[in-house]
Amino acid sequence: MEFWRVPLDTNTIEIAHGEVHIIEDRCKGCGYCIEFCPRSILAFAERFNAKGYHPPEVLRPEGCVNCHYCEIICPEFAIFSVAAPPPAPTA
Amino acid sequence: MPATARKTMPKTPDHPLEALIRSDRIPHIWCPGCGIGTAFAAALTAMATSGLDLQKTCMVSGIGCSGRAAGYVNLDSFHTTHGRAIPFATGLKLGNPALNVVVFSGDGDLFAIGGNHFIHAARRNMDLTVICLNNLNYGMTGGQVAATTPFHARTTTTPMGNPEAPFNLPLLAWASGATYVARWTILHTRELTECIQKAIRKSGFSFIEVLGPCPVNYGRRNKEKSLQTLKMYQERTIIRNDPRMDDLEVDFTRQVVLGEFVDKDRPTCIENYDKTCRILE
Amino acid sequence: MTGDEACAEGALAAGCRFFGGYPITPATEIAEHMSKRLPEVGGTFIQMEDEIAAIASVLGGAWSGQKSMTATSGPGFSLMMENVGLGVCTETPCVVVNVQRVGPSTGLPTMGAQADMMQARWGSHGDYRIIALAPMSAQEIFYQTITAFNLSERYRTPVFVMTDEIVGHMSEKVVIPPADQIVCEWRPKPKGRKDRFLLYKPGKNGVAPMPAAGEGYNVHVTGLTHDEKGYPVMSVEAQQQMMDRLCHKIDDNLDDIVMTEAHGLEDAEVVLVSYGISARTSLAAMHQARAAGMKVGFLRLITVWPFPQERIAALAERVKALVTVEINLGQIHLEVMRAAAGRTACHLVGHAGGTIISPDQVIATLKEVL
Ligand code: SF4
Ligand code: SF4
Ligand code: SF4
Repeated sequence: MEFWRVPLDTNTIEIAHGEVHIIEDRCKGCGYCIEFCPRSILAFAERFNAKGYHPPEVLRPEGCVNCHYCEIICPEFAIFSVAAPPPAPTA
Repeated sequence: MPATARKTMPKTPDHPLEALIRSDRIPHIWCPGCGIGTAFAAALTAMATSGLDLQKTCMVSGIGCSGRAAGYVNLDSFHTTHGRAIPFATGLKLGNPALNVVVFSGDGDLFAIGGNHFIHAARRNMDLTVICLNNLNYGMTGGQVAATTPFHARTTTTPMGNPEAPFNLPLLAWASGATYVARWTILHTRELTECIQKAIRKSGFSFIEVLGPCPVNYGRRNKEKSLQTLKMYQERTIIRNDPRMDDLEVDFTRQVVLGEFVDKDRPTCIENYDKTCRILE
Repeated sequence: MTGDEACAEGALAAGCRFFGGYPITPATEIAEHMSKRLPEVGGTFIQMEDEIAAIASVLGGAWSGQKSMTATSGPGFSLMMENVGLGVCTETPCVVVNVQRVGPSTGLPTMGAQADMMQARWGSHGDYRIIALAPMSAQEIFYQTITAFNLSERYRTPVFVMTDEIVGHMSEKVVIPPADQIVCEWRPKPKGRKDRFLLYKPGKNGVAPMPAAGEGYNVHVTGLTHDEKGYPVMSVEAQQQMMDRLCHKIDDNLDDIVMTEAHGLEDAEVVLVSYGISARTSLAAMHQARAAGMKVGFLRLITVWPFPQERIAALAERVKALVTVEINLGQIHLEVMRAAAGRTACHLVGHAGGTIISPDQVIATLKEVL
């Protein structure tokens, strides 16, 4: 179910890597980004933001494929991804 | 974590839509999980990537939760009276045909109080893009029955269930003469964005219905949390590109058809006016 | 040329280039004339699906940068009222002509009245100021339509031209002066940096400059209570501030807006007060009365709203009676009484509508009063 939407950037998917940015205080905690991230790399943070919601946090930054889905499903303009160099070859 | 992001970047980048939103007015008024924000963001992305001159692009809204959209777009934007976004937009477009006019409003606004304007604008093929966030009820006033509320659904004014049948909006748009008709849910935001972009670039009357949850008023009374609604959008929808127009009811007890339903060309209101009424010497 | 046609020609001469209409007796001829003439001058006519759409399209037309108007009669005027309020609140210049017919409801559609005068003042919900003119002849409809556009542009507000079926359908000689003899005003245009522009920050006269859509000012226009930037603010203070400004721009410029015409007031013991078609009755009655030795004067209200309160108050100090002549059961009469505040007797010559008031009726009242 997590992969029900194939990321758009299929031609670059092998090397695509993204960096997620969260504007925490805009988040209203709907959980859409967390639920529908195709790589399941987001989760609710323990802490609260200024409005009293749990914003998402990135569990596995290296897993982001810069598909932007979190960005376009978020109703709050609170999360987005940008292209990033591939993670350092630690793994 | 954002902290790691900040470490690697000299400066946190802005949200890609930052320039198009009135960020001094964010957070917007929409409730957590409300579908309007996502549909609105899709409309902004479509506008930003459409290649249109954004200085010549305006948004017009009516009244209601969705009607607040015009207040958040950093373009010329008009928040009008209840139901009257389309005729206002019509005057804007006729007064200056160089403008690209996008109407963003809700189902109550566009199809109950404003229904007459919708069918006439479609009939005369006014060059407008009308985006309707359909959340199946009147959210702003606390969740009353709308012209789109499914049969038997509960709202504050149908406490025993809705005894009436809802509109099939794409059928109505098609029958009225719209040259572009599509329907998506906020979950299908990529397809939605593509279709809005196509609609904005296309001349003539375009209509896009976006199904989005109103968890606070509709969802609560019909035992749907916003995530459940989105999962329903995932499981109970089917994409069909050449469906029977009378098969497009929004009935989640069956399957709801999504897709691009109409894409045709006919002369716009302004083209016909110029040809018929302006006799050039 | 009929009064209705003169109205259309006046609008064209004023630079009106958008008309959103809907047919209604006895205003239809204005729309018909505009449908023919607007495309000739590069403008656009559209017949909308109802009067609500007509006025909404006119507001849109105004923000597109065009001088815009519509014309209607009582039932349509009622339907337009919500959006008149939007026009006031968003400071949108436009002209609405009401060729008054007999009401309430469908009434006598083909017969004249002057019974929408209070509706013109208070028809939309909430507090506000409005400008309404009342021409008495086809020629004057021509000029007052131009004046209405100029006032609406100068003060960024909807302006009403309150004619009636009788003047609207009356055929009279109308002289249309050459364009260079007609003064056409435009809304003040913004200057300076677009990103710092404030949509409702008043300049001189208390009126804020107004850009058109597409000029790069990224304006937000809302009927919600808003601040100078145009952003909604849901507070008591913001509401007070907005209303103060909306009212002051009219109240502080009464000398510029309020027009009256005086006849024989110097020695008058009784003064007739009237406007529109009934002003013609009153003028005739005044001459007859004077010929019969009665000291009668006449004050014609060219601007009915804002009401020439001080003018009436000053007269009330020194005359025996004020007699309001109008085709209704007492609307401006109420306003005259309010302004007179008990300092003189106030009488009404009026009826329920459908025909003009004859000078004899006025004379009969004058005889009783004097
Ligand atoms: S861009 Fe967002 S949705 Fe896509 S993989 Fe990265 S975190 Fe997940
Ligand atoms: S989608 Fe947006 S608002 Fe919802 S939890 Fe994620 S960041 Fe927060
Ligand atoms: S009431 Fe419903 S439609 Fe309105 S903002 Fe809340 S969730 Fe959205």
